[in-house]
Amino acid sequence: MSAIQNSIFTPETAARFDKLATIYPMKRSALVPMLLYAQDELGYISEPAITEIAKRLDLFDLDVRNVMSYYSMLRTKPAGKYNIQVCTNISCMLRGGYEILDHCKAKLGIGHKEVTADKMFSLEEVECIGACCWAPAMQVNYNFHDDLTTVKVDDIIEQYRQGLGKDVK
Amino acid sequence: MPDVSFTVDGKKLTAPAGTLLIEACKTAGIEIPAFCYYPGLSLQAACRMCVVRQEKVPKLQTACTTPVAEGQVFFTDTPEIVQARKATLQLLLGNHPLDCPVCDAGGECELQDMTFKYGAADSFYAEPKNHREEQKWSPVVYFDRPRCILCYRCVRMCGEGMDVFALGVENRGSSAVIAPNVPAGLAPDHLNHVDCEQCGMCIDACPVGALTSGTYRYKTRPWEMNHVATVCTHCGDGCKTTLGVRSTTDGAEIVRGDNRDRSGINDDFLCNKGRYAFDFANHADRIQQPLVRKAGKLEPVSWEEAFTHIGKKFRELRDAKGGDSFGVIGGNRLTNEEAYLLQKFARTVIGTNNIDHHRTADHVTFAQALIGHKDRTASLRDTKTAKSILIFGGDPTNQSPATAWNLRTNIRNNGAKLFVVNTEEIKLRRQAKAFVRLAPFGYGAMAAFLNGDDASGPSAVSNVEALAGFRDTLKATEGLLILIGSELRGSELKALIEFGLTLPGAKFALLSDYVNSKGAADMGLLPDMLPGYTPVGSEIFAEYKAPAQAGLGLLEIFDAAAAGSLSALYIVGSNPVLRYGVEPASLKNTFVVVQDLFMTETAVLADVVLPAANLYEKGGSVTNHYGDLQLVKKAGDRAGVRTDFEMIVRIADKMDAHIPTLIPFGKGLRADMGQTRGAQSGEADRHAVWLTAQNLEPRLSPFDPFAILDEIQRLVPGYDILRLQLLSGNDQHLEPAASQPLVQIGARRDLVLPSGDTLFTSGTLGHYSDMLIDLQQNSRREQLPILDQTAAD
Repeated sequence: MSAIQNSIFTPETAARFDKLATIYPMKRSALVPMLLYAQDELGYISEPAITEIAKRLDLFDLDVRNVMSYYSMLRTKPAGKYNIQVCTNISCMLRGGYEILDHCKAKLGIGHKEVTADKMFSLEEVECIGACCWAPAMQVNYNFHDDLTTVKVDDIIEQYRQGLGKDVK
Repeated sequence: MPDVSFTVDGKKLTAPAGTLLIEACKTAGIEIPAFCYYPGLSLQAACRMCVVRQEKVPKLQTACTTPVAEGQVFFTDTPEIVQARKATLQLLLGNHPLDCPVCDAGGECELQDMTFKYGAADSFYAEPKNHREEQKWSPVVYFDRPRCILCYRCVRMCGEGMDVFALGVENRGSSAVIAPNVPAGLAPDHLNHVDCEQCGMCIDACPVGALTSGTYRYKTRPWEMNHVATVCTHCGDGCKTTLGVRSTTDGAEIVRGDNRDRSGINDDFLCNKGRYAFDFANHADRIQQPLVRKAGKLEPVSWEEAFTHIGKKFRELRDAKGGDSFGVIGGNRLTNEEAYLLQKFARTVIGTNNIDHHRTADHVTFAQALIGHKDRTASLRDTKTAKSILIFGGDPTNQSPATAWNLRTNIRNNGAKLFVVNTEEIKLRRQAKAFVRLAPFGYGAMAAFLNGDDASGPSAVSNVEALAGFRDTLKATEGLLILIGSELRGSELKALIEFGLTLPGAKFALLSDYVNSKGAADMGLLPDMLPGYTPVGSEIFAEYKAPAQAGLGLLEIFDAAAAGSLSALYIVGSNPVLRYGVEPASLKNTFVVVQDLFMTETAVLADVVLPAANLYEKGGSVTNHYGDLQLVKKAGDRAGVRTDFEMIVRIADKMDAHIPTLIPFGKGLRADMGQTRGAQSGEADRHAVWLTAQNLEPRLSPFDPFAILDEIQRLVPGYDILRLQLLSGNDQHLEPAASQPLVQIGARRDLVLPSGDTLFTSGTLGHYSDMLIDLQQNSRREQLPILDQTAAD
């Protein structure tokens, strides 16, 4: 039995949210994880998601928006099916991160935070993703790809385009 | 807290331990600039302007978050500090536009002052400024994003101060922006809006011109106005409001309302009505000429003709049909002096007790129930300091916003305990320790239950067991402040007060609707009560030689008119035809004189209409519903209108009344009437200002309200006024108590009719305030259930 009637989330996520709201000393501490899970499920954080999360945590919609807008990894618009995040932080930059990013831009025909027309790919330039040892690196959804070259990137994108790429949740 | 001593800039200071350094310095006259610090709100330490050097501490400290302790040594004015503050200003000016010449805040802007002081106008930042268009968040709140310095005062003011939480901060770093609660994506016009109480406190708190007011923006500059501190005419709290006034071709226009000197009973608070709803005074529909009905039509005439006509008719009708064929109705926005004069005119010149006003709460029973008890009535100031408060009925958030503000401040800063008893889920229940939701019309039963009648518990609430515990809690509370809504009247009100009187130190206040509702009752605009709730026929007012029988009440006056036995009706600043749904045809055989600002539903039926000045256009005093007396000063002016005071006197004069008896003027000190100033001398009352400045008592004119104030002070029980306190613009609490009990509480007809005003209405006056009408429409448009949501924990 979900704490919220007619939740917009799947029963599993709704149950997860019910629990999340109970495990912190202050209810609102569950806000950021909830937003992340909501984004994983919906692909972005929609207005109904904001309203429901606010309701779950006894917050105003405005409070949720305040927190959400602080974090650049939380989106309010849908990303592509595969969200490519290219790191251009120090290690990656020194090892050619910007070339990888430019290559992706040219290859997909989209820029930072844009989505391809077929909604298959979206592209983001991100800060350190913690893969400095194998720079340059990028993330496709939650899957890491490292030691990149432009050739390797072409291959990865092709794999995903054909639906053969690894997609972990 | 024990006092500690510490050193600031070589000066030894003492303050209670834990005082914030910035406050301790303010007390000692050392200025520490700050943008984000606002007394009474939570600490932010966001602006870094208040940095000081503390000895033995490696980094600069923010004075707004440093509590003082024994032996500390601070430096606030060294070159190091100056440089730090200058750098902060340069950062702030990195994106702040230099549009001071057009900005509303120019001239009273904290950033401007500080830039001037620290000379930070040349910035090292050469990057282009990030400009954004201004946004209209509501009819009264505008946001100029580039001017914002992100001090978060507005966010805290709205959340903590107002308990509305309509503003927040979105994004971060240099993209951070103050965001309202209706985002563009959800608004039908795809623009940001704010869904709130429209109090304008965010504008007030804004240290720069980022938030500006819809009524004032781009109209004038602060130094081009005269600033007059007077009392707001709208709700019963009677907040002090400072009106910015500018000369126009036909008088003086009010352009701004705010509370810039913060010296009133409302401290730093002012709601939307005090701030914006002065615009009725400038309304195009103001009557500016006396009108007399000729051949069925109201025609403009000269003042002389109007007064002569009224005087002649009143005299003839009085002599032919007797004073008891007259009815007199006063208003809730008249000054005390006018209300007193009106009832004195009715009782002595006309010779009738048929006088009443639109009663918005049962002040008579309230006064009678407290006979013989001293110090039992509360002042508005008590709502800021009381340790525990019970709100029994009423909805201060909507009806008396300053009371609600004080309660929230008291609860937040002093940990006061609030108990709420109401039939509705009023907003203040969110701050309440206990909320008792009554069944509809359950106030009487609840009052009886508290008073010991256990049998009436079930008709008040469903859960009676909890109710007994609630009663025990109240009984164990010392110094309880009991705020009573206008729902309680007669015996129910009496029962509640009887209960309260058993609690040691409990104080009471009865909340009503307009600025001088209590004053009107205190001054005896009642058929059965002389001023000070003295029963008619009392010895105190023997000099009146007035009839000793109670007269007709407001409804009875109209019944008499319908029966054809009312020869004349004199209505001063009231609109009973609309308020009580009077049948217009019932007045066809009555000679009706109306003094009002507008052609109201009542005025259109009149035989003579006299254009009246409103409360912002006259002097005198008013008493708010707590019994706090305050001075009203003339701010605006409008050609062709006269004060109700002057009109009553002139009508009395045309009735051949003996004016020195009506107005005790001409006695006392002799004053310079302008002889020494030659040709510029004029009418006596115009020189009141000059005379006051010369320490002369200007009581030589029959139009001087202070002449009547002398009599009020002499005769009205409880009105022992401290003149100096009044004249210096301070409030004083009065306890007008009935001198002897009256028996027939239950027998009186219940004439109380609360106005039912909300945040955006104000009786008939509200119909003529374009800004209030705009806000009503706006609040219907924004249909977000914001106020139903609970606050963040």
